[in-house]
Formats: sequence, C-alpha cells, structure tokens
Amino acid sequence: MNIIVLMKRVPQTAEAEVRVDSSGKNIDREHLTFDTNEFDTYALEEAVLFKEKYGGTITALSVGPPDSQDTLRVALAKGADNAIRVKAEEFGDLDGYKTAQLLYAAMKDIPYDIIFAGTMATDDSYYQVGVVLAGLLGIPHSTLVSRIEAEGGKADIHKEVEGGLQEHLEITLPALIAVQTGINVPRYASLIAIRKAAKKEIQTVGQDGVGGVDLKMNTEVEELYIPPVTKHAEIFEGSPEEVSARMAGVLKEKGLI
Amino acid sequence: MGDILALVEHRRGEIRDATYEVMTLGRKLAGETDSRLTAVLLGSGTDSLVASLKPHAHRILVADNPAFKDFNNETYRVALADIIGREQPLLTLIGHTAYGIELTAALGTLLDVPFTTDCVGIDMAGGKPVAVRQVYDGKLSQRVSFREGPSYLVSLRAGATAAEDGSADAEVVALEAPALPEAAHLKFIDYIEAVTGDVDIAKADIVVSVGRGIKEQKNISIVEEFAEAVGGVVACSRPVADAEWLPKDRLVGSSGKTIKPKLYIAIGISGSFQHLTGMKNADTIIAINKDPEAPIFNEADYGIVDDLFKVLPVLKNTISEIRQ
Repeated sequence: MNIIVLMKRVPQTAEAEVRVDSSGKNIDREHLTFDTNEFDTYALEEAVLFKEKYGGTITALSVGPPDSQDTLRVALAKGADNAIRVKAEEFGDLDGYKTAQLLYAAMKDIPYDIIFAGTMATDDSYYQVGVVLAGLLGIPHSTLVSRIEAEGGKADIHKEVEGGLQEHLEITLPALIAVQTGINVPRYASLIAIRKAAKKEIQTVGQDGVGGVDLKMNTEVEELYIPPVTKHAEIFEGSPEEVSARMAGVLKEKGLI
Repeated sequence: MGDILALVEHRRGEIRDATYEVMTLGRKLAGETDSRLTAVLLGSGTDSLVASLKPHAHRILVADNPAFKDFNNETYRVALADIIGREQPLLTLIGHTAYGIELTAALGTLLDVPFTTDCVGIDMAGGKPVAVRQVYDGKLSQRVSFREGPSYLVSLRAGATAAEDGSADAEVVALEAPALPEAAHLKFIDYIEAVTGDVDIAKADIVVSVGRGIKEQKNISIVEEFAEAVGGVVACSRPVADAEWLPKDRLVGSSGKTIKPKLYIAIGISGSFQHLTGMKNADTIIAINKDPEAPIFNEADYGIVDDLFKVLPVLKNTISEIRQ
C-alpha cells in the first residue's frame, strides 16, 4: 500500500502569548515555539500503522518554510520512507486552497492508495487542505475519521459527528482520509531512529517543480487582530490560600457548596 | 443580483441547529443586498422538515429523493453544484459542522468559485462577502476578502452566531431532479451510537472538568479527589479523552456532551471553541489555568490564574472544611 501523509509545522499558540506583527496581517513568530500540527501526528501514526499492517511505503509531504524539515525528520524517524518539502518561501501568501494546489503539484508523480491528513491545522483553522486536494485529485474523502480498516480496494471508516455520535461509512480507495485526534495513540520516535533520520535526504519542490498548476488564492487576509473581549472572568489574585478562600466564599454564597 | 442560498442540514429526521444560525445570517444578508434567502433542502420524506423551515426563508428548494436520506459529501456535492449552477446565487452559506467541513471546500473546488470556511461572521461590501475567522487557537481573529467570482461560498462555524426566529412564509419549490454521482465512492452504512457509562455528566449539578493542563494520566486522581470534595462528577476536554485518561462519555464539547450544570469548574482547560460550545450555558463557570490569555477566561465568571497543582489541593481543603 502506497501511503502519503500531509503534515504541517505550526506555532504552538494554545498556551502562549500571541501578538500581531508590524504588517498587521501575520502573527509575530518571535518568542513562539513550533511543532507538528497535533492532528497531523495522528495522521502520521495512522500511516505507520497502515504500513505495518499492509506493507508499502510512506511519503510525508509538507508545504512550509525551511524549518518544516524538522517535522518531516520526525516523520522519517517514526516510519516514513520519503519526505518532500514544498518551499513555501517561494510562493508568497498561502490560503488553504493554494496550499492544496501546491501539494497536488508536488505529488503528481507519486503513486498512492491512500492519503492521510489531519482534519484541521491549529494555526489558520481552515479545515480545507485535505478536502480540496481530494477534489483536485478526483478521489473520495472523509473528515473527522476516528477509525479505519482497509480491505479489497475499500475502507470501512467511522466518522465523528456531533454529540458523540459516529457514522459508519464505506469509502473506495484511493481516498483521502482526514483524521480526528484520538484515532490512535501516536508513538514516540526512538533516539536511534531520530539520529538515523537526521542523515536522510528531504527532497524539496520549488517554483520550477509546480509547472502547469493554476496557483490561486480564494481569500486574502486584510487584517489580523486580537478579538475584542466582550466578557471576562473576575480573576482572584493572591496566594493559593487567598484565592481558595475567596473562591470557596463565592461558592458558599451562591449555595453551590 | 442572485439570491443568498442556505443549505439545510438534517440528521435522523431533524433539522440541525446550525441550519437556523445559517438562515438567520442569510436573512440579514438578503435584506442588505435586496435579495431573497433561499433554503436548499436535500432529503427523503421532507414534508415535516419543510414545515419547520417555512418561517425562516423566503423560498425553499426541495429535492426529495431516497439518495438524500442521509448526508453524503459525494452525493451532496454533485447535487449542490448542479443547483448552484442553475440558481446562480450571490452567496451560498453552509454550516461549518461535521458535514459542512467535508462539503464546503469540496463544493468550492468542484465549482471553482471563491470560498472560505469556519467563519464566525460575514458581511457584504460592494457586492462581495467579507468574512471574519478565528485563528491560532482562537486567540486572534482575521478579516478576509475574496477574489472576484461569479458566486461565493462560505461556511459558518456552528454555534458562533445566534439563531433567531423568522417571520417569513417561504414559497416552496420542488426541484427538478438534481444531478447525482455517476458512481458511488462513498456509502453511508449506519450510525454508531454514543457510548454511555456509569455516570451521565449531563445530569450532574456540579461538573469538575479537566484538560491538557493535567499533563499526565496519574494526575487525574488529583481531579477526582477534588470533584469528590465539591460533590461533583469528573468530565474532560478533548485531549484527555483522546489520550484515554477518561472515558469518551465524560467528554464535554461539540464532539461530546453539551451540558448545563449549576457549577462548571474547568481545570487546565484553555477553552477551544468546540469545548466552549459544550459548557458555556452552565449557570456558574470557574476556570483555573496558568495562561491568563486562555479563551476559557472569556467565558468564565470567576478565574484563578496559577499552577493548578498548587491551587487545587488548597482549594480542595478549603471547600472540604466548609462542607463539613
């Protein structure tokens, strides 16, 4: 089974202070740490589980700046056989649509039976790239996939919908499967594997490698800003003893304890 | 100028809440552009659905076909592309839901019309939409403009805008059979019901919920002891359920349970939009998190910005003493 996995390196903003840069359109990348998009770690793990079960090769593919190779090296260490970086620095602004077109151009000579992606990326939150890529390739897709088993040119999948309900679907391969977090438990790469992966080649694709693909953006960011706050919690300050006393006092007053 | 189209989403014979939100925005935009809001309903046995939709749109296009009984991104994509081609709307609105996620971008790609997804607000300016989106874990917003197109396509985040009652009386139009896929590559088989456990967090008055900040599985016991001290049940956000530190039926959020307890205590939860959807209607919300910018503090009534491992044991003892 030939497997492609789409990956992205993103700033870790969940617990960080985030600021807008001087252009007013981009995030200030200084003081932020970067790591693989969480959804993509599950996509990669599913690709490795597939390879272990069905055999074949894994190609990890990323559109991103040079430091995206760190994410691709982790993929190589965990079980990917090849890694390709599309040089984002040569293509200007990107939205989900243009990113998918770049991926389409970069993978046109790679055989595949299944493409794994994350359902979304936590930086620009488009939920688009996998879905658009499937559309460009003319293959079926599903998103929020929480379980997959392949057999005889088809795959049995579970798709999460709202409220804990899931849908049981059957999809014809080749297909693009955008996974939900929790579909598996991503492994850690061993130190030996990381050392080995450091020596492997990461192919790159630039302007000259995407001929014939219509690169266009659907949308442009006009402004990036900190959203106005309409409501904020009353914050108790002080030592753990002081804040606990105040919090317990409020709960007692409200009859909650 | 073309109409505003809104796709009706339904499951198991019921219209989904996101559809009413989309139609509320659609009516507003139709008013601003001097056009109509046309709801598009693909379904099977649609009479009762049509009746519930009538006040909410100016016109309803109905395609009744067994192929549309359950959502299928392939079937819906082909049929909607046909309908949009015939109708030439100014703008098509779809809910950014488990269905909208896999439909909107696929439909936009097929039609080659400008689109974007997961928007929290849409305005019209000069005959084109301008969309507001939340990015970077909900900490920043962006305003985006579209390339020129014959028609636009936007998905609206479920729960991000309010649904209001409509007072229209829609004209109902049966659609001539829309196109269907030539071959089926995606088949709906059945539903798999949500798992149920020994405790129903939706029935508890006090819910103590734990998130990524708890760091390790062995620390879950700290939260369990705290919950016992306050007389509550333990719930969690997505990362804790993904790691299987707590069972899936304890998950609060759009992919889990939506709950309205008297008291919700969020511990080490940053507050993703999906999580907030599941708990924002609790009577009183308390958040304990070390990140002062965590979105949970914009939903909470009271907050403590500190290391949960320092605060929780002290708060537990303080509350235990009061309750004795």
